[in-house]
Amino acid sequence: MIVFGYRLPGMSSLLIWGILWEIIGQLKLTFFVPPLSKVVATLFDVIGTAAFQKALFETAYAFGAGVFFAIVIGIPVGILMGKNRLLDELLLPWVNVFLSAPLTALVPVLMVLFGFGMKAIIITTTLFAIWIIILNSRAGVKQINRSLVEMAHSFGASPLDAFFKIYFWAALPEILGGVRIGIIRAVKGVIIGQLLISIVGFGALFELYSANFLMSHFWAVLIVLFALAFTISEFLAYLERRVAYYAAKR
Amino acid sequence: MSQTKQAATGAGTAEFESAVSTRKISKNYKDVEALKDLSLEFPRGQLTSLLGPSGCGKTTLLKIIAGLLEPTSGEVEVNGKKVTGPGPDRAFVFQDFALLPWATVIRNVAFGLEMRGVAKSEREAIAEKYIKDVGLAGFEQSYPHELSGGMRQRVGLARALSVDAQVLLMDEPFSAVDEQTRRKFQEDLLSLVQNENKTFIFVTHSIEEAVYVSDQIAILLPRPSRVHEIIRPSNFRDKGVGNIRRDSEYLDIVDDIWESLRTYVE
Repeated sequence: MIVFGYRLPGMSSLLIWGILWEIIGQLKLTFFVPPLSKVVATLFDVIGTAAFQKALFETAYAFGAGVFFAIVIGIPVGILMGKNRLLDELLLPWVNVFLSAPLTALVPVLMVLFGFGMKAIIITTTLFAIWIIILNSRAGVKQINRSLVEMAHSFGASPLDAFFKIYFWAALPEILGGVRIGIIRAVKGVIIGQLLISIVGFGALFELYSANFLMSHFWAVLIVLFALAFTISEFLAYLERRVAYYAAKR
Repeated sequence: MSQTKQAATGAGTAEFESAVSTRKISKNYKDVEALKDLSLEFPRGQLTSLLGPSGCGKTTLLKIIAGLLEPTSGEVEVNGKKVTGPGPDRAFVFQDFALLPWATVIRNVAFGLEMRGVAKSEREAIAEKYIKDVGLAGFEQSYPHELSGGMRQRVGLARALSVDAQVLLMDEPFSAVDEQTRRKFQEDLLSLVQNENKTFIFVTHSIEEAVYVSDQIAILLPRPSRVHEIIRPSNFRDKGVGNIRRDSEYLDIVDDIWESLRTYVE
């Protein structure tokens, strides 16, 4: 962004919104919005507490496991769908249905199937993330240059070689895009899981703070969550840029 | 005329040894006959061009020889062995280069060897030699998108050479590079044919290019595809690369081929 000829660093617009937040908070228009300075002060108080660290650990664990399964299942399934017509016809309708389905409505069913523990939360997280990863991996394989496949075949590549040395790399830019969006959806999944299935982790903190009108605590945890999701997403965007040098020239 | 002409099914095939022979190859795509009863002999150590209007099935034939496509009927023999799929006795040079865009030049050149399980240090040593041979020394660590079209095809050529196959299959390898680069490639190809004891099968749609580089030109005509004529230029090959395009035999053959093709070009 360029203002009055000065080049401002990225995300400096956040500063304006932060100031606006502070003003509204100081005006005491609503208890719902405490001043940003108070939220930040609370943030530093909260971070040290055992309750927060336990919540962070529980959330990170469920999130990490959920994303892990979404990636290790989603990418191969997507690649295989892109390669195999039959598998594609079988699975594609389901992938599209689940991608657009209101997954929150499915959570009670998951509770019946998998109980009220961590397992159900992890599965919820995976379900939020996996479909877009599958679709993007599939799209990545679909656009692969046919002569690369022929080339690998003509030099005697085994199906396994073709999978790891051609298909995976050719689809990598799309795969990373899918993983990035999937991870953003997984953040949603893990919090919904923690609110609906069993009240643990950040979900429990949100529940506790909002029930007790501890708004600055509430906002502090939300800021932490946003920051974490943003960092992960930016890291993946960075990886995407790393492969951009060949993405446009396949 | 000084060149020997023979009909597709005619005699006279015994005067050279065939590295590759195709016998009564037919290829149908549903109801469309892409190739019909196509028989051709490819003499060892020589360059044979497949020339014809677009849609005459020349690339299809090349891919059948490569083992990338299966013929509906008929068979291909390479050194007396029936082709059932791609094999180490053949290497392919692609029209669009088919380089791995995420891999360096040296990895691309070594790819064929990598697929054969050659150890990394060994295959990189071999790749380095061929990178130097095709004139790309110093570009080992470059990526394909950093190279010009001509340089990319040199990478494709080095990759095909590095697996040391006896038969090189080239699918319009110079059609995606500019005119000046193409001329240089054609000259380089002539010395390659002379120095390497390999059999080249070369698909092109350029009459001049076919006559310039070939020991034998197979003219294919479409609907259904068949071999119309086999031409073996005899006189100008040894006169030096600079004199070929002025040779009267060269000019006659180019004209003759155009005469027989012009009615098929729409």
